[in-house]
This record gives sequence, C-alpha cells and structure tokens, in this order.
Amino acid sequence: MLPEPTLNTYLALSAVLFSIGTAGVFLRRNLITILLSVEVMLNAVNLTFVAVDRFLGTVDGQIIAFFVMTVAAAEAAVGLAIIIALFRHRESLSPDAFTSLKW
Amino acid sequence: MDALFFWIFAAVMVVASLLVVGQRNPMYSVLLLIVSFAALSGLYVLLNAPFMAVVQIIIYAGAIMVLFLFVVMLLNVRTEEDGAETRRPFDIGPGPRRFGAVLAVVLAVQLIWALRRIAEAPFAPAGPDAAAQTSVYAIGLRLFREYAFAFEATSVLILVAMVGAVILARRDPHLPTRKEQ
Amino acid sequence: MSATLIAQLVVIGFTFFMLLNSAAVLVLMERKVAAFIQQRLGPYRVGPWGAMQPLADIIKLMMKEELRPKSADTFLFYLAPILCATAAFAAFAVVPFGADTTFFGLLDEPVKLMAADVNVGLLVIFAITSMGVYGIVLAGWASNSKYSLLGGLRSSAQMISYELSYGLSLAAVIMLAGTLSLREVVDAQAGYWHLFGVLPIPKWYVFLQPLGFFIFMTAGVAETNRAPFDFPEAEQELVAGYHTEYSSMTFALFFMAEYINMVTVSAVAVNLFLGGWHGPFLPEYLGWMWFLLKVFALLFFYIWMRWTLPRYRYDHLMEFGWKWLLPAATLNLLVTAGVVIWMGW
Repeated sequence: MLPEPTLNTYLALSAVLFSIGTAGVFLRRNLITILLSVEVMLNAVNLTFVAVDRFLGTVDGQIIAFFVMTVAAAEAAVGLAIIIALFRHRESLSPDAFTSLKW
Repeated sequence: MDALFFWIFAAVMVVASLLVVGQRNPMYSVLLLIVSFAALSGLYVLLNAPFMAVVQIIIYAGAIMVLFLFVVMLLNVRTEEDGAETRRPFDIGPGPRRFGAVLAVVLAVQLIWALRRIAEAPFAPAGPDAAAQTSVYAIGLRLFREYAFAFEATSVLILVAMVGAVILARRDPHLPTRKEQ
Repeated sequence: MSATLIAQLVVIGFTFFMLLNSAAVLVLMERKVAAFIQQRLGPYRVGPWGAMQPLADIIKLMMKEELRPKSADTFLFYLAPILCATAAFAAFAVVPFGADTTFFGLLDEPVKLMAADVNVGLLVIFAITSMGVYGIVLAGWASNSKYSLLGGLRSSAQMISYELSYGLSLAAVIMLAGTLSLREVVDAQAGYWHLFGVLPIPKWYVFLQPLGFFIFMTAGVAETNRAPFDFPEAEQELVAGYHTEYSSMTFALFFMAEYINMVTVSAVAVNLFLGGWHGPFLPEYLGWMWFLLKVFALLFFYIWMRWTLPRYRYDHLMEFGWKWLLPAATLNLLVTAGVVIWMGW
C-alpha cells in the first residue's frame, strides 16, 4: 500500500518544487521562463502554508497563501509588462542581451 | 484512497514543474505550468481547503496564465534562442549552467535534510466540523477581521500593479518605433 | 455498491447524456427559431418538422474530411477543442436540476439531482468557465493563421473582460443567499411573498436583483461568444475566427462546446435568479420540469437575441464591458451589500 502522506511528506514535496523553481531561475536564458519558474517557487510556498494549516487546524495559512497568490498576480503583471517593454528595445528575450550595466 | 490521489497529484506536479523548467518551447512551458497548478489544486482539496483550490484555478490558472499566454503569443516566442549554439533539452552546458544545476540539487538536499530533523507529524483526521472550520465563511471572518489591513493594502497593491503594467507596456508616443527609425 | 451510489452514478451519466442531447436539440431550435424570426420555415424535410435535422448535421460533420494546416502545432491543434468541450461539460457538474429525489420510493435516502454537490459550487463554475478561455486561445494560436490568431486573441480578451462582471453579479447573489452552494441558493428561493396580502410573487432573486440578472445574462452571452458579442467569430470579418481551420469532428467539438456553455449559463441563471426547480402546481419531485421550462425559455431568449440584434464592433464591445457593465456590477454589489446590512438579512 502507498504510504499515507504526513506533514513531512508535504513539506518535502514543497522543498522539491521550490528547488526546481530555483533551478529554473538559474538555468534558463529566457525571461518568460524565468518568470514561470518564480511562479513555481511561489506555488511551492503556498503548498507549505496550506499543509501546515491543515496540520494546525486554522485558516490563517490559507489566508496568507491567498495574499501570496494576489501578490504573485500583481508581480506577474508588472514583470510581463517590463518584459514587453524590454522586448521592444532589443527584440530579444534573453537576459544576456541586457547587460549594458555590467562593467 | 486519499493517499493514492496524493501521490498521483504530487507526481504530476513534480513532473510538470520539471518540464516547465526544462522545456524549450515557452508555450508548452506555460501549458505545463497550468497542469501543475491543476495538480496543486487537487492537493489543496486533499488538504481540506476547497476554497484555496478553487481560488487557485480562478486566479492562477484562469488569469495569470492567460496573461502569460497572451505575452508569449504577442511576442511570438517560438523556441529559446541561445546564441548560435543548439542545445538539446536538459543539456547542461558548460560553466554557469553546471554550477546552477549543482546549486539547485544542493538546495533540494539541504531542505529535505532539514525537514527530516523534525518529528514525524501525521495529520489529525478531519473532525466532524472540519468543513465548517475551513469553509468560506470562516475564511471570510478571519480575513476581514484580523487581516483587514493586509486586505486593504493588497487592493492598493493591485491598483498600483495595474497602473504600472499599463504604463510600462505602452508604446511611448514620442519615441519612434523600430520600424520608423 | 449501495443503491444510493448506483443512483448517483446513474444521475451523473444521465446528466452527461442529456447535455449531449441538449446540444443536438439546440442545433435544431436555433435553426427553427432563426427561420421563424426571418419569416421562413427552416429545416422541414428531415423528419417531422425537421426534427431529425440534428442527426443529419451530425452525420455530415462526422463524414467530413479532417483537415489540419501543415504548419499548425499538432498537439495544441487537437488539444484546443478537447479543452473547450471538457470545460463546457465540466461546468455543468455542479449545477442541480431538481430537488432531492428518491425515485418514487425506490431508494432509502434521497439522492441529489446533480453530479457533485460541492459547497463552493458557484466558484467552481466560475473557475471552469475561466479554463474554457484556454481552448479558444490555443485554437487561435495553434492554427497558425492570421484570422484564427486574431479571432482567438479577441475572443479570449473579451471572455476575460466579461468574467469580471459575471463574477460580481454572482457575488451579489451570494450575499443575498449567504451560501456558495447552488442547491442552497435555489432552496433559499422557495416560497412566495404576498404583495398587498393577495398577489403571490415567487421569492425569486430576479425580483430582488433585476440589474444583477441583466448583468449576469449580458456577461453570460459575452462569455459564450454569442451575438451580439460574437465579433470574434464574425463571418463578415474574420472568416470564422478561432475555428477557421477546424473541420469535421474538431469543429463539432467547438460547436458543441458553445451550445453547452449556453446551456450552462442559462441553467446557472435559472438556479440563481429564477428559482431553479420551484414552481406552482407541480409536486416537488417533478420540479425538474419547471427547471427545463425555464432553461429553455432562457435559451429561446439567447437565440432571439442573436437573430435580432446587430453585432457589436470589437472596441465597442470591450468599452461596454469595462466602462459600463463593470461599474454597473460594482454598483449592484454595493447597493445589495447596503440593503442586506440595513435590513439585517
């Protein structure tokens, strides 16, 4: 039989997802995919909040996760607007094209 | 039965997230992320949080991802351009890529090691009033009483983000576009 | 396998089956109603009064050649109609269509006449309707043709704009009913008021929320891409919008998805505003007849609007959605909130 998921299982799953998201931010050379990886990380965190919420029996975690979701929405909107503005200048979506501030 | 659903959803989520990060075509990345969100929504239902599950679909899968999809379509992003080199998926190239991958694995290992140090914490079985405790009514009460300030601040945040996004993405009418230059 | 479980599965299967049939019935109904509005007869050769016409249509659609543009993205091209149709069917899963019934005493306990009774039912409908946008966006993108892309983008932008007013008018009803479950919203509308002590008026929310009903129906029509908001599919402008490149069964899936979305919006409107399955003269367990009657009245209204009103131009459509409907929905919500608090409901 499959092992019953405990809080530790959920936290481990969240940790794995978080590191997948981090890997995406480090390894991908496409601005949109980097933003998507940030969303993966935020979702991992949401999962942690809701799992601990279930363990403790409150609803505070769900409310915090709700706020995280809202902030993620705002951040995605602004991030995508920035990407569009950047794309208009350089016609490229690679972060390596925007290195003029590097010495 | 719940355990089976958990492992299915967890597997789907991990595989979808791995593919989001490793996929070449950004359109497929966005769609795979939507799959991942659907699996996460299922996990929320298993965690006795139906409101969060539905809100996840409405906000993340229904609105944010549509925004991503629009941007991907408008910018006509086909596949990732990586300079002149062609890369197979999951091909970790030299230098910074290897380092980044190693860092990510180290992070995962560290997090899991840290989490194994806490005591085994099984969930208490859902009591008879569990549905009422995590119902929309209960969430609403907490949200508008203890978290009222955060709620109002979030609405200001969303307003600022909306205005900012519109201004940032607008073509400056004074600057010539690339075609006119 | 207890009897209740079997009964529940039968209800689920029956709902799915009836949805498929309703798509077919709507095909005929649309053509006949359109014909009568245009003072002609419509299909009358195939079967009595053209009743077998949907069968002929389905056979025709199945026999057509399945085409796919060469440069279309294969996976997404075939995924898009599947997504559309799935979202359309899934949204009906939480819509109740009758009171709890024991099937004339065959069962021990009453079984609900709906596929799934979730206590966040209204939000589920909203969520699944949002997923329907993806089918259209992907259809437009995957076809790799300019008409499709434009149609898909316009259509999905329209749908997400009108979702806001849709949700706000839902929120006003939730405030009145105090619950998110559709069954309980319907049950809150049972009974009658007695105006002037004599005139019985059913306690439907359409009388408490006339503006809300109007906003809901308008947003619903816009959500399902029907006239007068069907610019993205306008034949005169965009060939056929996002389903230009589709033929045969994939087109049939889009077609069916549109009709089933219509049925879902009408069914939800009936449950939220028109009292669901409550009606005079019939016993409670035959309430589904009233439900059907009301849903078909709303569907007739849908079809009537399509063949009477001219189409909105796209920028007018978006302006209407953002500048008129959304403030009206917000106003409706605020006034409802004020009245609920003041009257202490």
